[in-house]
Amino acid sequence: MEIKVMKNIMHANDRLAEENRNYFKGKGIKAVNIMASPGSGKTSTIMKLIEAFGDRASVAVVEGDIASSIDAEKIDKLGNPVIQINTGGGCHLDANMIKTAAESLQLKDGTILFIENVGNLVCPSSFDLGEGIKMVIASVPEGHDKPYKYTSMFELADIVVLNKTDLMPYIDFDKDSFYKGVKALNENAKIIEVSCKTGEGISELADWMLNVQVSHNPSV
Amino acid sequence: MHEYAVTQSLLKLVLDEAKRVEASKVLEIRLVIGDLSTIVDDSVQMYFDIMSEGTIAHGAKLVFRRVKAEFKCRECGEVFIKPTTGFDCPKCGGLGMPTGVGREFYIESLEIE
Repeated sequence: MEIKVMKNIMHANDRLAEENRNYFKGKGIKAVNIMASPGSGKTSTIMKLIEAFGDRASVAVVEGDIASSIDAEKIDKLGNPVIQINTGGGCHLDANMIKTAAESLQLKDGTILFIENVGNLVCPSSFDLGEGIKMVIASVPEGHDKPYKYTSMFELADIVVLNKTDLMPYIDFDKDSFYKGVKALNENAKIIEVSCKTGEGISELADWMLNVQVSHNPSV
Repeated sequence: MHEYAVTQSLLKLVLDEAKRVEASKVLEIRLVIGDLSTIVDDSVQMYFDIMSEGTIAHGAKLVFRRVKAEFKCRECGEVFIKPTTGFDCPKCGGLGMPTGVGREFYIESLEIE
């Protein structure tokens, strides 16, 4: 006998993500899911933004990694609440991990919560965490073809940060091709160029982050 | 790449549905998967065979209906299958945009007894 199901395979994750979304919405928390390749500058961008915000925002951080607490220790030194999630080999964070992490961070109303996902341009795009903003970071040395190879990631992004622009003179990075790829997939995505090394573009990114309105709609 | 987590979620959903209709055995699971979903069929079946041991879904065959990613030209409106190298319209060369077709990721139906 055949029975119709018509349910998303990620049903369980999506349900928990919705709980997270409501929790964040209720407390006016801006949750930012940061997704990028390993080594693109996720932690550096977070640290630069914390510095740029100054006393304009209170920031907490969830650090996702396969192993190690290297990144969490860096954030901890800045004096911001931080929690490390080790996925033990898992290639992404899921909504359940964020639920537990958010509870133990005891977030204040109005906090900006940076969620640094596992370095990976594939899997994290399939797991809704309940975040309000999806930030994708691409860096110049990775090459301009990333939007063409990892379409889901760029299609879902609210903001695309192009990091390590200080290396542009040394690398054959076709900026027009990169912009065209992002805009083809997602014409509404904001693109901001930064260099965490020189600080270029960081204040623009910080201002965007402080002013952006969160939609609180699922987009996976 | 994340087939383990996906299969876990899939198995739970299948068992919940089977229980709801008081099935004694799940024979086949029909899935609709868009090409943009980055899931490898054989890998899901392999995990499923291991993870479903001891449940009424053990031995069930997973049938994947693959959906190709469709883009639509911003200039001429042509709908086309995403080319392997970019997003340009094969008819006029205009820039294509995603239509959503190709992102499917759901269980369509179960064959049960």
